[in-house]
Amino acid sequence: MAVISENGANTRNLITRLWSNRETRSVIIQIVTLTVIFATLAFIFRNVVINLDARGKEFNFDFLFHPAAYDITFSPFIEYSSRSTHLRAAVVGILNTLLVAACGIVLATLLGFIMGILRLSSNWIVNRTVYCFLEFTRNVPVLLHILFVHGLIVIQLPVPKKAVNLADSFFLTNRGFFIPKPVWESGSGLVAVVLLISIAFVVLFKRWAKKAQDSTGRVYPVLGISTGVIVGATALAFLAADMPLSWNIPELRGFNFSGGIAIKPEFIALWLALSYYTSSFIAEIVRGGILAISHGQTEAAHALGLRPNRTLQLIIIPQALRVIVPPLASQYLNLTKNSSLAIAIGYMDVVATVGGITLMQTGKEMETMIIVLLTYLVFSLIISGFMNLYNKKMALVER
Amino acid sequence: MPTIATDGIAEDKIRHPTKKLTISEEVAIEMVAVHKWYGEFHVLKDINLTVNAGERIVICGPSGSGKSTLIRCINRLEEHQKGKIVVDGVELTSNLKNVEIIRSEVGIVFQQFNLFPHLTVLENCSLAPIWVRKMRKAEAEEIAMKYLERVRIPEQAAKYPGQLSGGQQQRVAIARSLCMNPRIMLFDEPTSALDPEMIKEVLDVMVELAESGMTMLCVTHEMGFATAVANRVIFMDFGEIIEQNEPHNFFNNPQSERTKLFLSQILHH
Ligand SMILES: Nc1ncnc2c1ncn2[C@@H]1O[C@H](COP(=O)(O)OP(=O)(O)OP(=O)(O)O)[C@@H](O)[C@H]1O
Ligand SMILES: [Mg+2]
Repeated sequence: MAVISENGANTRNLITRLWSNRETRSVIIQIVTLTVIFATLAFIFRNVVINLDARGKEFNFDFLFHPAAYDITFSPFIEYSSRSTHLRAAVVGILNTLLVAACGIVLATLLGFIMGILRLSSNWIVNRTVYCFLEFTRNVPVLLHILFVHGLIVIQLPVPKKAVNLADSFFLTNRGFFIPKPVWESGSGLVAVVLLISIAFVVLFKRWAKKAQDSTGRVYPVLGISTGVIVGATALAFLAADMPLSWNIPELRGFNFSGGIAIKPEFIALWLALSYYTSSFIAEIVRGGILAISHGQTEAAHALGLRPNRTLQLIIIPQALRVIVPPLASQYLNLTKNSSLAIAIGYMDVVATVGGITLMQTGKEMETMIIVLLTYLVFSLIISGFMNLYNKKMALVER
Repeated sequence: MPTIATDGIAEDKIRHPTKKLTISEEVAIEMVAVHKWYGEFHVLKDINLTVNAGERIVICGPSGSGKSTLIRCINRLEEHQKGKIVVDGVELTSNLKNVEIIRSEVGIVFQQFNLFPHLTVLENCSLAPIWVRKMRKAEAEEIAMKYLERVRIPEQAAKYPGQLSGGQQQRVAIARSLCMNPRIMLFDEPTSALDPEMIKEVLDVMVELAESGMTMLCVTHEMGFATAVANRVIFMDFGEIIEQNEPHNFFNNPQSERTKLFLSQILHH
């Protein structure tokens, strides 16, 4: 008996000892956490298998190769008809999500930076106007913005016959916007090659200018020369190749326009609403980032004799970006995820195609949801991957 | 509130002040009837001050008396509205060329250091020589190292400001200014953001700088420093220069009532 109780005391002792040691404790915590995670996953998986079995459903992706039998009105990149497969419908949806997210990120960033800087303006009217716009935008749910813009276009804009005509080339109607389509003729290859070469030249020139400055001290107007080379060389090549570009201008044929590029109202509404909604958050981030750089930094740079533009380039922007980029990344993620509200106005994104019509037609909830989830997951991981890289490179060394 | 700390300076410096340094006849800074307002508030009232090359001037006075504003007008971090300021023969006007010339001749050290946190110590120091003086990188770094050695922290060159102590940061700030090879150095309470044990290391560097013949204007309440290196102490109150004198007489035989009151306040602390 004595031996056993002694053993018991020993084990208890051992556990206490392991628990109070910082390293072994963290190992124990990790083991416990992993066990819990795997147990949960196993439980969920088992549940799924049992439930699918009970309904006589199989888990497979065969449906992807069956005809989709539904129409998608907006497929700017690949051919699609109702005879195409579900796989093709999924790809169209994914591309549409990507398109609206990418366009949204670009426009939101642009608007956000402009408004963030305007918010710092000392002009009272400018400052207040932007402030009111931002406050209104930020505090109304994004779904309402989307419905609002969509409504504006579909209800307020005229029918194609009475289209708003901008310079006889751009037409705004309730069936969408019609814009000229560039048509590249023979010789445009030359222009493209020259453009690529001049971009390559600029990259090399930038490196060379940095080296030259290090070794001779001369400062070259890199920005001016780079812009000059790219614009100048491309323009020259364009003229030399006899201007190999014409425009296919939309024309009214019967009840609608033909020719040019037709941008659907759903896309415009989603794109604009997501952009200005997200830009109102970005504006605050930009404003905060610039304000976070103390006035002392500018003063110190000026006192050393640096000119205002150099101060901006060498001192303010690098520091402000460190503050701005991480929250900017999460706004990009938000925009991408918010684009799933597309379904409210019938924009055919990945949720509306795979997660909507395909799901209802095939009854494959698990499989379609996995595709939708993976799509967003991959986009998000890509965006945050880039941001992490950037942060790692820029992280400030603090005491 | 200003504090007085005579123990900042080595004893022998106080007993054998460095006043024998030659002061040239050449005028470094000339301020004639300078006025400045912040809106309605009259910060600087009829300031007349001539500083010769090689002079070391300490400016003191109660908080809000306009000391910072005065020295910041000298390199146009603040703009005066009336009167004339001539620095090294160049008049400060709204002509940006003149402002640029003067800024590259005048160094300033701030209370809050204002180092660039995203650049290493070496980059902080070589930045202005490279971009303003158009120097080769190697040459600029050589100069930076020279001054970092002079402020006794060459081993910190590769670190970022955030990794240094306050005293070290302020010494980097001094080195950064010196790299532009200025003819005049301005100091705005360079030690008042520092812990007592770091004040000495910064003051020592400033004393050495004074001994090298640099023209210096220094806002400080370090009376030990004033006694040791200044050849003139200026007392300001309510935007005016109330009194100026050679340090010994200034401390022991103040003329105006306001100076007496101020000195009694800081000496009693
Ligand atoms: N940008 C500004 N706008 C309005 N008033 C200002 C501004 N800067 C300073 N002042 C005022 O001008 C006066 C002088 O300021 P200054 O900073 O020159 O004082 P100081 O003598 O350096 O004081 P301290 O010892 O506290 O540093 C103060 O009353 C201050 O409130
Ligand atoms: Mg001050």
